Amino acid sequence: MLNIQDLHAKVDNKEILKGLNLSVNAGEVHAIMGPNGSGKSTLANVLAGRDGYDVTKGKVCYDDQDLLELSPEERAWKGLFLAFQYPVEIPGVSNVYLLKAAVNAIRKFRGEPQLDVVEFLSLVKEKMKLVKMNEDLLNRSVNEGFSGGEKKRNEIFQMAVLEPKLAILDETDSGLDIDALKIVAKGVNSLRNEDRAIILITHYQRLLDYIKPDHVHVLSDGKIIKSGGPELALELEEKGYDWVKEEAEAA
Amino acid sequence: MSVNIQHYLSDFELLHNTVKDDWFSERRRSALNLFKETGFPNSRQENWKYTDVRPIAKKPFSNVSKKTVAISADEINAVRFQDLDCIELVFINGVFSKAHSRLEDLPENLVVENMADALAKDKDLLAKHLTHYADDNVSPFTALNTAFIQQGTYINVPANIVIEKPISVLYLSKDNAIPFATHPRNLIVMSEHSEATLIESYIGLDDTDYFTNAVTEVYLSSSSVLKHYKIQQESLNAYHIGNLNVMQGKNSQFESHSISLGGALVRNDIHSQLDAEGAGVVLNGLYMTGDKQHVDNHTRVDHLKPHTHSTENYRGVLNGKSRAVFNGKVIVHPQAQKIEAHQNNANLLLSDDAEIDTKPELEIYADDVKCSHGATVGQLDQNMLFYLRSRAIDEETARSLLIYAFADEVISNINFAPIRNRLEYLIIGQLPDATLIREFTNE
Repeated sequence: MLNIQDLHAKVDNKEILKGLNLSVNAGEVHAIMGPNGSGKSTLANVLAGRDGYDVTKGKVCYDDQDLLELSPEERAWKGLFLAFQYPVEIPGVSNVYLLKAAVNAIRKFRGEPQLDVVEFLSLVKEKMKLVKMNEDLLNRSVNEGFSGGEKKRNEIFQMAVLEPKLAILDETDSGLDIDALKIVAKGVNSLRNEDRAIILITHYQRLLDYIKPDHVHVLSDGKIIKSGGPELALELEEKGYDWVKEEAEAA
Repeated sequence: MSVNIQHYLSDFELLHNTVKDDWFSERRRSALNLFKETGFPNSRQENWKYTDVRPIAKKPFSNVSKKTVAISADEINAVRFQDLDCIELVFINGVFSKAHSRLEDLPENLVVENMADALAKDKDLLAKHLTHYADDNVSPFTALNTAFIQQGTYINVPANIVIEKPISVLYLSKDNAIPFATHPRNLIVMSEHSEATLIESYIGLDDTDYFTNAVTEVYLSSSSVLKHYKIQQESLNAYHIGNLNVMQGKNSQFESHSISLGGALVRNDIHSQLDAEGAGVVLNGLYMTGDKQHVDNHTRVDHLKPHTHSTENYRGVLNGKSRAVFNGKVIVHPQAQKIEAHQNNANLLLSDDAEIDTKPELEIYADDVKCSHGATVGQLDQNMLFYLRSRAIDEETARSLLIYAFADEVISNINFAPIRNRLEYLIIGQLPDATLIREFTNE
C-alpha cells in the first residue's frame, strides 16, 4: 500500500530525513519509534503533505501513485489520514460541520451519494461511543477549549468516522493518562482490519502494550536503522535507543 | 486644494427655493457658509490622514432630490429583510418613497416619518434635538449634510414602551444618468425607558457612481435602549460618508453594529458621548474589502461621567489592493472615575497588496478606571489551513471557511436572529465559494 524509497527531506534548509525506506502492506500495523529529533514528525508531515517540507530525493508510492504529487486534500480523499500530534484549535468552525463536510468530500470523490443529516448523525453517534466522546464536544468549535486528552480522542473519533485506508498517528499517546490511552487504543484496535494499514509514531513503548504492532522500526537521524517484530519495542523500552545506534554504526 | 463646489451652492439655492423660508432655512445657510469656508477635508488634518477624499471633491455630484427614479417592487424585495415583520421606510436616490414604505399600524404615539414631513409639522420637538449632537465644525461633510437637511428619517419613541418590530430604513441608489449626491439626515429621539431597534441600510442596486453623505443623530433619554445596525452595501463605484452621533443619558444603552461591505471610498464615523452615570455603549464592527476599496472607520467614545462603560470590537478582512483604516478613540474625562472601557481591532490580510492602518487610542484623565485596548493584523493561519485540508476540505473552501469564522466573531455577537442570519448570508455572499460555505453552515 505504502512504499517509501530513499526519502530525503529538508525543513528550513536542514536535512531531517536522510534516506528513509519503509514498506507497509494493507492489514498491517507498523510502529515507528525513535528518540526526539530523529525525524518522526517530519515523516508524518511529509506523508500528509504539509507545506514547508522539501523532499529533495526519493519516492513515496501510495496505492501505485506518486503520493508526493498530491495536495493534502487529495491525499485525504484517497484515504490517507493523519492524527495530529498537536491538533489545531479552529474557533468558529464547528467540529460536527467539519466532519460532515469531510465525510461528504470523500464520498463525492469516490462517486458515492452524499450523506444526509440523519444518516450522518447516526454514523457519528455510533463512532462516538467508540472513543467515549462527549456529545457537547461535537457541537463546539474544532478543538477549541478541549483538554489535551479530548483533542487526541477527537482525532481518533474523526479517524473512526472517516475510515481511512492508511492512518498515521503522530504521537497520539503523548500527554495521555492511562485511562485516555486505553480509550484511544481501543478506538484504534477497533479499526484494525485487513484492508487498512496503520502507522503508529511514538516515542514510548507504552502505547504498544495496548496496540500490538506487526512490525516495529527504529528511526534515528533520518533513517530506519533497525526493524523487527513487537519484541523489539520491549527491548527498546528496557535498553534505550543507544545500543541500536551503536549496532547500526558498527554495521 | 482648489475644488469647485459651485454645484453644491446652486443645488442649495434650488433647495432653498423649494422649501421657501421654513424655520430651518437660516440654519441650513449657516452650515453652507461653514462648508464654503472650510471646503473638503484634506490629508494634512489628523482625522483624515489616511483617507483622501479628493475623488469625492473632484466629481460634480449633483443633488437630485427633485428627480425620481422608478424602482420595481422586485428590486426592493431582493434587498429588503423580506420575512422580517418590520416598520420600513424606503428612500430611492435620497427621496422618500411612500408607496414602497411600510408604515401602517404604528404603535400609539410612535413617530416614524420622513424628515421633510417632520420639518413641516414637528418644529418644536425637532428644534430641541436636530443638529445638537452632530457638530458641523467637526466634519465639513456634516456641515454639507446640514445645509441640505430635507430627506431622511425622524423617529420619536415615546416613554415606557418597547417597540417590538425593528424599524428598517433602506437608502437605495440606482443609476440616474448623472453622478448624484444624497444627504440623508436621521434623527432618533428615545424617551425615558423606551426601547427600539433600528436598521439603516445603504444599498447600491447597480454599479453606478454616486455620493451618499449621511448623518444620524441619536438622543437617548435615561434608561432607554437603542440597538442600531448599519449595513453598508453601496455600489463598488460609490462614495459613502456616514456620521453617527449619539448623546446618552443616565443608564441608557446603545448598541451599534456597523457592517461595511460595499463602496469605493467609505468613511464611517461614530461618536458616543456617555453623558450620565450608568450609560453604556457597545461598538461592534466588520469591514470586508477587496479590489481597490478604501474603508475608514473612526470611532470616538467620550466617558464624561463616572460609572460609564464602553466595549468595542471591530474586525476587518482585506483582499486585493484594498485599504482599511481603523481609528478608535476612547477619552476618559477627569471626573469619569470607575469607568470601564475595552477596545479591540483584529484584521485579516488576504493579499500582499492589502493595507490596514489601525490605531486604537486611549486618553485617560481619571485615575480609577479599567481600560484595555489592542489591535492585531495577521494572515490566514497556515496550521488551521493544513488541518482542514488534511480533513479532505479543498484549499479554496478551507480558506473561505476560516475567513468566515473570523468575520463571524463579530456577527455572532448579534443576538437578534433575523439580522444575524441576514448578515451571515451577506458575508458568505462575499466569499469566493459561497455555495459550499452555505452547505457547511446551513444545517
